[in-house]
Amino acid sequence: MESCNCIEPQLPPDELLSKYQYISDFFIALAYFSIPLELIYFVKKSAVFPYRWVLVQFGAFIVLCGATHLINLWTFTIHSRTVAIVMTTAKILTAVVSCATALMLVHIIPDLLSVKTRELFLKNKAAELDREMGLIRTQEETGRHVRMLTHEIRSTLDRHTILKTTLVELGRTLSLEECALWMPTRTGLELQLAYTLRQQNPVGYTVPIHLPVINQVFSSNRAVKISPNSPVARLRPLAGKYPGEVVAVRVPLLHLSNFQINDWPELSTKRYALMVLMLPSDSARQWHTYELELVEVVADQVAVALSHAAILEESMRARDLLMEQNVALDLARREAETAIRARNDFLAVMNHEMRTPMHAIIALSSLLQETELTPEQRLMVETILKSSNLLATLINDVLDLSRLEDGSLQLDLGSFNLHSAFREVINLIRPIASVKKLVVTLHLAPDLPEYASGDEKRLMQTLLNVVGNAVKFSKEGSISITAFVAKAESLRDPRAPDFFPVPSDNHFFLRVQVKDTGSGINPQDYPKLFTKFAQSQSLPTKNSGGSGLGLAICKRFVNLMDGHIWLESEGLGKGCTAIFMVKLGVTECCTESKLPAATNASMNHAQTAFPGLKVMVMDDNGVSRMVTKGLLVHLGCNVTTVSSGDECLRLISQDHHVVFIDVCMYDGYEVALRVHEKLTKRHERPLTVALTANSDKATKDHCRRVGVNGVVLKPVSVDKMRSVLSDLLEHRNLV
Amino acid sequence: MPLHHYRPPPNHGGITSTPQQQVTHQPPAMDVLSQLRHQLADYTNSLHRDGFLDDQFSQLQQLQDESSPDFAMEVVSLFFEDCQKLVTNMARALELQAVDFKQVDSSVHQLKGSSSSVGAARIKNLCVAFKTCCDSQNRDGCMRCLQEVNRECVLLKNKLQTLFRLEQQIISAGGSIPM
Repeated sequence: MESCNCIEPQLPPDELLSKYQYISDFFIALAYFSIPLELIYFVKKSAVFPYRWVLVQFGAFIVLCGATHLINLWTFTIHSRTVAIVMTTAKILTAVVSCATALMLVHIIPDLLSVKTRELFLKNKAAELDREMGLIRTQEETGRHVRMLTHEIRSTLDRHTILKTTLVELGRTLSLEECALWMPTRTGLELQLAYTLRQQNPVGYTVPIHLPVINQVFSSNRAVKISPNSPVARLRPLAGKYPGEVVAVRVPLLHLSNFQINDWPELSTKRYALMVLMLPSDSARQWHTYELELVEVVADQVAVALSHAAILEESMRARDLLMEQNVALDLARREAETAIRARNDFLAVMNHEMRTPMHAIIALSSLLQETELTPEQRLMVETILKSSNLLATLINDVLDLSRLEDGSLQLDLGSFNLHSAFREVINLIRPIASVKKLVVTLHLAPDLPEYASGDEKRLMQTLLNVVGNAVKFSKEGSISITAFVAKAESLRDPRAPDFFPVPSDNHFFLRVQVKDTGSGINPQDYPKLFTKFAQSQSLPTKNSGGSGLGLAICKRFVNLMDGHIWLESEGLGKGCTAIFMVKLGVTECCTESKLPAATNASMNHAQTAFPGLKVMVMDDNGVSRMVTKGLLVHLGCNVTTVSSGDECLRLISQDHHVVFIDVCMYDGYEVALRVHEKLTKRHERPLTVALTANSDKATKDHCRRVGVNGVVLKPVSVDKMRSVLSDLLEHRNLV
Repeated sequence: MPLHHYRPPPNHGGITSTPQQQVTHQPPAMDVLSQLRHQLADYTNSLHRDGFLDDQFSQLQQLQDESSPDFAMEVVSLFFEDCQKLVTNMARALELQAVDFKQVDSSVHQLKGSSSSVGAARIKNLCVAFKTCCDSQNRDGCMRCLQEVNRECVLLKNKLQTLFRLEQQIISAGGSIPM
């Protein structure tokens, strides 16, 4: 045992202190060891901690500090060198780590601090965004309300619904206390309360339109805040102490005529309605900008919707009006038709009814004239006759004229002999003229066609009337009638410059001039000449007993014939010339309209119905030839027969009326063709008829190509031959 | 419509009408005439019925008037001459080794035309059949047809001679054709 001069631990005074130090160190070590454990534990739990390296460092620092303190425990007592070395090592390490940590912390602590500030900043931002979000949501909701409102408004075309819906929706969206609409009155000088939200039936409040507050609102298209005390806002007794804010906006009432596509209307001469919105009283609510915008938008939409509704109302009104007018017109038309029908019926009846007694009177008076009468009686009968004739003429004229007026008169067209028509009229008028010692001359132009087609009866009536007038109004002298074909230059009448007759191939204009040396016409009377019932007041005419209808009727007849009639006179006492032009058709051969029945009848009974008809028969079969010849001879024709094509072509000439060609001969078609080309085309004779035993299509086509005028099937009977010949001669073709 | 001149309507059946309408009380001289007429009518009817004659023949008879009283007979005689000539031609043509069917065809065509103009119905129908044989160049068929045609011609000639004789008798008995 060595004696150690180790100093005995001074226990007694420092022993307590050392003991305490010892215990403290122990606890420190404990704490120092547990801290990193805690850290590790919690960091592991947190999973989000950026500074692991720092933790490790810090942990190491703590652990080493702990270790140091732990090892310190051994240094309280005598300790070996190892312990000292360990202690020293530990302390060195600890020193290193601590310095490192200290250095590290210099970097880290500001970061940690900034994290904290950022966190605070973000929290603030989040709060702010939340607030804004809330705001936007509110706005969006109001926007949705507006859209819904617009949709509601536009989905109806009923004005009342539109306005009511607007107010309701606005009230709901903006949670208004009251919402009112003021419409301008008819006079435009006042605003009348039209609709309110809360009150059911607004009593007729009116305010004059020219209040300053109203002008203020009307002058801007924005929603304007107005005072709750203004007359438009004071709608009901105040619910609370502090009335809510009031906003007013104008609603343009677009007039229909303002819708011009390229030019939006100026708002100068406009009418506006006023919409007033009140926030609930006693609430601290204020009008936000977006709410005002909403109100403006709604006001515009309402304007548009109202105008649509107005348009619809207009058009419905117009349609109703039109329907009414339609009904009225229909009724009128039916009445007119009934009237016309009644008149026509009346005329038809009167036509007959009036004429019958008239004719009876005339006939019997004429008969009476033939009997033995005393001079007075004779005079009386003559007067009766004259009067009844006059009356008959009058009746006829009136009836004719009404039919003419109607437009229901139609011309009876037919062919007639023009020359003889004139001669007849002259013959009719000659006795009367000779009584008055007037000389009547007729001059027909040489180029006047003998036959014409038109309404013979009415032409003669016109002519008779005109000539009759000439005779009537002439006391002495002569009447000259000239008729000729009007040439183009002479077709114009200076008095009727718009009459442009155009002659054509089938028609010509007949111009008739009737010149008399009578009393002439007063130029003042000219316009009335052709007017119904208008008579000139000069004495001679009054006594002549005209009905005044004659010229009117003539004019209408002439017009119907596409013509014109006028009178020329150089003045009173200087005679008068009546000129008329009518359009007549050109007709070649006169189908004697008076004899149709006779000729037909004769044709049916005559055996020799075709006297002298020169016919040629070409057939190579002797028997057929003989039979056909026999047929034709039986019918009275002059028949030549040939048996070959050459002979036929040699003997055929345009003297022959008809040639029958047997096309079953080998050169039958060729002969027909040659005959057609040589003669028929140019001279219209002879007519070619093909005789064939075949009725098939090929034959018919061939015949048609060759140009024959007809095809007849062999064998031919007498009747068939007869009808063939008559068809040929009438129509130049077999039908 | 003239009422004083009554003509019976032209009948197409070739049946001359009056005999049936005769009243029984007749002067004796008329008996012969009416009998003859009766005979003629019956004969003509039978010819029509048997198909020897058709409408065309009646047409020919109608064409007889004062200017051509024997028109029908003349035509018929011409027809038979023609017929004879054609038959001879055809017979000669068919006897050749190399038959010229074209020529035969044209002859048949002629015969057909003539017979239809005269109203010889049976002959006309035979011609139609004959033509078919020609078209098919059937020599034997043609020969057969030719023989038939010949036979028919002879038959018809006899019959028509009888008819014309009867008519002559009537005319000599004082009646008139047509009645």
